[in-house]
Amino acid sequence: MVSPPPLRGTSLAKLGRNGGNRGTLVLEQLLNGVQLGVMLFLLAAGLTLVFGIMGVINLAHGSLYMIGAYAGAVVAAKTGSFLVAFPTALLAAAAVGMLMETVVIRRLYARDHLDQVLATFALILIFNELITITVGRQPLFVSVPPVLNGSVELLPGLKYPAYRLAIIAVGLLIAVGLYGLIQHTRVGMLVRAGATHRDMVRALGVDVRLLCTLVFGLGALLAGLAGVMAGPILAVQVGMGEQILIMTFVVVVIGGVGSIRGAFFGALIVGIVDTLLRAFLPSLLRQVMQGSEADALGAGLASMGVYLLMAVVLLVRPRGLFAVHA
Amino acid sequence: MPSPPRLLFFLAGMAGLTALPFIAEWLGVPAATTLATSMLIYGIAAASLNLALGHGGLVSFGHAAFLGLGGYVVGILYHHFVSEAPVFGWFAGTNQLVVTVPAAMLVCGLAAACIGALSLRTSGVQFIMITLAFAQMLFFLFVSLKAYGGDDGLIVRRRNVLPGLDTRDDTTFYFVCLVIAAGCWWLMQRFTRSRFGVVLAGVRQSERRMAALGFTPYAYKLVAFIVSGMGTGLAGALLANHLRFVSPDMLHWTKSGELMVMVVLGGVGTLWGPWLGAAALVALETVFAAWSENWQIFLGLVLLAVVLLTRGGLDRLLRLMSGRRAS
Repeated sequence: MVSPPPLRGTSLAKLGRNGGNRGTLVLEQLLNGVQLGVMLFLLAAGLTLVFGIMGVINLAHGSLYMIGAYAGAVVAAKTGSFLVAFPTALLAAAAVGMLMETVVIRRLYARDHLDQVLATFALILIFNELITITVGRQPLFVSVPPVLNGSVELLPGLKYPAYRLAIIAVGLLIAVGLYGLIQHTRVGMLVRAGATHRDMVRALGVDVRLLCTLVFGLGALLAGLAGVMAGPILAVQVGMGEQILIMTFVVVVIGGVGSIRGAFFGALIVGIVDTLLRAFLPSLLRQVMQGSEADALGAGLASMGVYLLMAVVLLVRPRGLFAVHA
Repeated sequence: MPSPPRLLFFLAGMAGLTALPFIAEWLGVPAATTLATSMLIYGIAAASLNLALGHGGLVSFGHAAFLGLGGYVVGILYHHFVSEAPVFGWFAGTNQLVVTVPAAMLVCGLAAACIGALSLRTSGVQFIMITLAFAQMLFFLFVSLKAYGGDDGLIVRRRNVLPGLDTRDDTTFYFVCLVIAAGCWWLMQRFTRSRFGVVLAGVRQSERRMAALGFTPYAYKLVAFIVSGMGTGLAGALLANHLRFVSPDMLHWTKSGELMVMVVLGGVGTLWGPWLGAAALVALETVFAAWSENWQIFLGLVLLAVVLLTRGGLDRLLRLMSGRRAS
């Protein structure tokens, strides 16, 4: 049988958590939530564009994140330089993404969702095993680049790791950049048009195939970016892609499929809700039940939280909060 | 009654399957019986999923929830049977198969009613994702239930018992599964030609038209989803007995993916497809796993080839080979 990833929930929790700091704990956890949120946004942006324009559900998007993380980790270990590892990881993810689009995804545009889910499920198996064969099963650990290896005092008493702040900054920059690209450039105009009136765009003589490959490459690049940035925060291992992928789907569905704005706000909501639940639910439960049971139940309920949120959003607004399609 | 060739196929298949444990014994590969039991159980699960997926057009990415739930009903009842503490302080646990299996189906039916009633308000990719979301919720619920093993799952030390039969014997348990599987097959083939099955097919093809004809598509889809969930729960209960173990892995989303793979591999919406697909996938996994440590890559490649190159899966392939027109 297909073996599930060894860690469930725990390493995602690490993505948005670090040590306690009594008085400013809530603020710190909020920042952690934002940081997880921007990571999710980087993945969700690509996923939602691919779905919006090409109508393809790409389960293998998480694999691109994993490839970014592995490329970054391996190159960083070989060269010892994050500055070299960073662009290599982006290029690797983008290249694999465009290859994936031309070889497999392109054939799925006209298929139904079922075929898409299965073909990309197969891609996950293939990528996971390829990584196992080439790199091995041992998780890799990446150290934080020395420049960012400290913490910044944001408020008196609130120290926050510089690396996590850098992630938030990069994520927000990308969000602004994507907004500019989508709303104010010619390519962005085609992307928006492609999301709502694909056939019309094709009829007007735009090379939709090329557009698709480019958008897919961009999505892969962003997934790779998220992966390489996640490297120093959590263990780089096979299966890391699937964990975050499911969360990313939650983001995309909550935000509204095909909407970058929805992906952004959805990612922040999911990131913050998930982080806060994980941080505070066990201690809340500990007031009514035993310590170890409260921790286990709290962790479980916190993991369920975002799925519950998604179910509620879908029931109230079946097309998500920022739906694009009429 | 089934049409003559279909009946003939069925009888031939049953004869082969009945003889299988004895042939396996004779050839000196008793493990084949255990493998065949897995195939039958997954066949039940895949055929049940096919009811929603193939006949109803409901692409559920959360059917592992029912598989796991069915398994956990068996596991939890057994756990309480051994510890002699009442379940929820209310009723006693049991190890009687005739109680645990219907209980598993009932629980899964109720769960499917809740999940289906909510999920069916959406469609398309949102339906796929919301069924996945509910399955994930159950997955994390069972991971966090320390009382029932949490991450480690529950061991069912001895299989549930049937009066007059020794279910601990693998061959006997194989025949129990075979009888249940044959019953499921018979119900499925009755179902596709029943009024309900025809209406459901109509709903799949054009919901609006069926609504205009005076049917309520929602009700038909919901019933299909519930029956599908119950069938998968039945498979889960049998699987828990077969493996003598339940864990959250049975609810993991990759398991939902596997069930979908079985249906598609065999042929969506066909009578034989899910059974063939389940057998093929279980066989492929066994063969590849014995062959290489990195067997999943072969599975992935086979799967990719099936999805990209064939339309209609193994069922269609067999039909083409036997020279009959694909339906």
